[in-house]
Amino acid sequence: MLKINNLTATVNDGAQTILNGLSLHIPAGEVHAIMGPNGAGKSTLSYVLTGKDGYDVTDGSVEYLGQDLLAMQPEERATAGMFLSFQYPLEIPGVPTMTFLRTALNAQRKSRGDKPMSAPDFLKKAREIASDLKIKPDMLKRPLNVGFSGGEKKRMEIFQMMMLEPKMIIMDETDSGLDVDALRIVADGVNALRGPERAMLIITHYQRLLDYIVPDRVHVLADGKIVASGDADFAKKLEAEGYDAYAA
Amino acid sequence: MAEIKTIAKDAIVTETVKGVEALEADKYKYGFESDIEQEFAPKGLNEDIVRFISAKKDEPDWMLEWRLDAYARWLTMKEPTWAMVDYPEIDYQDSYYYAAPKSDKDGPKSLDEVDPDLLEVYAKLGIPLREQEVLAGVQGAPRVAVDAVFDSVSVVTTFKEELAKVGVIFCPLSEAVKNHPELVRKYLGTVVPPTDNFFATLNTAVFSEGSFVYIPPGVRCPMELSTYFRMNAQGTGQFERTLIIADKGSYVSYLEGCTAPMRDENQLHAAVVELIVLEDAEIKYSTVQNWWPGDAEGKGGVYNFVTKRADCRGKNSKVSWTQVETGSAITWKYPSCILRGDGSSGEFYSIAITNGFQQADTGTKMIHLGKNTRSRIISKGISAGKSNQTYRGLVSAHKKATGARNFTQCDSLLIGDQCGAHTVPYIESNTPSAQFEHEATTSKLSEEQLFYCRQRGLSEEDAVALLVNGFCRDVLQNLPMEFAVEAQKLVAISLEGSVG
Repeated sequence: MLKINNLTATVNDGAQTILNGLSLHIPAGEVHAIMGPNGAGKSTLSYVLTGKDGYDVTDGSVEYLGQDLLAMQPEERATAGMFLSFQYPLEIPGVPTMTFLRTALNAQRKSRGDKPMSAPDFLKKAREIASDLKIKPDMLKRPLNVGFSGGEKKRMEIFQMMMLEPKMIIMDETDSGLDVDALRIVADGVNALRGPERAMLIITHYQRLLDYIVPDRVHVLADGKIVASGDADFAKKLEAEGYDAYAA
Repeated sequence: MAEIKTIAKDAIVTETVKGVEALEADKYKYGFESDIEQEFAPKGLNEDIVRFISAKKDEPDWMLEWRLDAYARWLTMKEPTWAMVDYPEIDYQDSYYYAAPKSDKDGPKSLDEVDPDLLEVYAKLGIPLREQEVLAGVQGAPRVAVDAVFDSVSVVTTFKEELAKVGVIFCPLSEAVKNHPELVRKYLGTVVPPTDNFFATLNTAVFSEGSFVYIPPGVRCPMELSTYFRMNAQGTGQFERTLIIADKGSYVSYLEGCTAPMRDENQLHAAVVELIVLEDAEIKYSTVQNWWPGDAEGKGGVYNFVTKRADCRGKNSKVSWTQVETGSAITWKYPSCILRGDGSSGEFYSIAITNGFQQADTGTKMIHLGKNTRSRIISKGISAGKSNQTYRGLVSAHKKATGARNFTQCDSLLIGDQCGAHTVPYIESNTPSAQFEHEATTSKLSEEQLFYCRQRGLSEEDAVALLVNGFCRDVLQNLPMEFAVEAQKLVAISLEGSVG
């Protein structure tokens, strides 16, 4: 589904290389986790994959569902099913959560040539998912993320994800800011989305989240590339031993 | 219920998005010029022109005298220069002061007699002039009575008869001068006197048309009243004058809309609006101003120098100004409230968007004279391109205005790094019991927010429209629903091409 080959990316007009020949293949149906020390390039990877400005790809390629991902605009990538759960979700003042989401959902549907989702269908779906994630209906009427706690913002990212039903999910430090109960609720939501047509890339600093969302593969990202890989148990070993062995 | 509301709001966003798409090709869709035979007064301004306009309107002597006095006064006045706007000197002799569609000379008796080309112009503008068409619209859609003004004359006023049944008078001002002289003489010029300021005095001398509204005591006007102003003739100034009187315990909601063709030259628009609110009455006045702002190089566009003022004469009277200003090359406009009656209140909600080379110096004045008067100012300024915008507002309390309260919030949003936003508040209190609060913020449309929206599937322009509409939400919520849709579309269209 996602094939990253020798990806190299710089910032500040090439002054700093963040990703340095990173290669990673994620087949459909699999959940991969990326762990690693601070500053290894984990968030940069998520931004380069989703097309944020400010990063120059100087080498390598990314193929997503057979397409050249790096040639696509951010909204085209989103429409093609790529979703990023942000580490720091943005506040959108004056735009109620439901309005934001419905606008986004219908923009995506339109780009794919589908009809907009009807209002009753949208409301029904939103209510069900909100209830699963224990999000109070009141919150959906408030401007998106404005005045929400860190945990509420993260939960709202998962809400959006479940509403948009993306194919390739990238979660950047989704567990930070969540207490144990919230973590379990979020993990249940994510696990419900696991399926043969969908792939996930979970970026996390701690192993804790991986107790709830058990990955197929775990990779260590250090100095801009994947330096080690293993199965779910590998994450536990990393947690116990730290990343020192992989740092430069 | 709340969910239905949400859906309604969503529909607006969808509309916004559609509005942008529809206009990708030509940004200013009202820029067409209509090929209609026009009758002009000779170019230039002198006493004879003033007499000519008055004669065209078949006015009584008192009206002509009033105009001539104003003209004599105007000759002694100087154009104000304190506003933060910059434009070449205006040659007042190089403009026409009267233009009228020729075929309309004897005045149409019904719509069937109106020049079909003219009807087409209004159809293009999306303004329903045929009542049956309005009635044939969506079930439950609110009906709006319309007065359509084309250059210097009123073309048609709809729903007149139905309004007359409840005693509401809604007609062109020139008609009111003839049919209701007692009302016009009693109120005209009592809020904005002929000597008020350079542009208002000019207007008094040469105003050619406008709307007149009178709501009798205790009547709640059964529908929205609306005037659409359209400048069409080349080299012509537009000087309309609107007078609205809400008698004791009455209520009216009024909307003004304006558009003009795209032209290389600058056109002058100097209007006067006077509102008189008696005891326990309320006027809600909304403006969607979309005069041609000039092209991408800053060439052409309307100079919009307007004096709007409301006099809350009676106890517990109320005025609410809501404006969405997206057009004009230069805007110089301060809709104000004189809070004379005890317990009266004034509100000013404004969205001003400038793009390209537009300049706007706009705000309000809240003059507290009576006891326990209240006012509220919410101003949202959005600057993009190379435009410059100033909020200028006065809040004052007379020494008798005990217990006066004001809340002011001025928010500015900058898009790009070549535009400017300025806030100039004037606060004067002569009573210790007045409570005035002022809040101001300036922010930039963030790249991070834009990326977040795009990651969810919105195009860059849709994302800007959504974020700006969010920024303006407090004000948009105060517009009548059907106009909120129009305003949101305008917001999107005005900012097209402002990023990337």
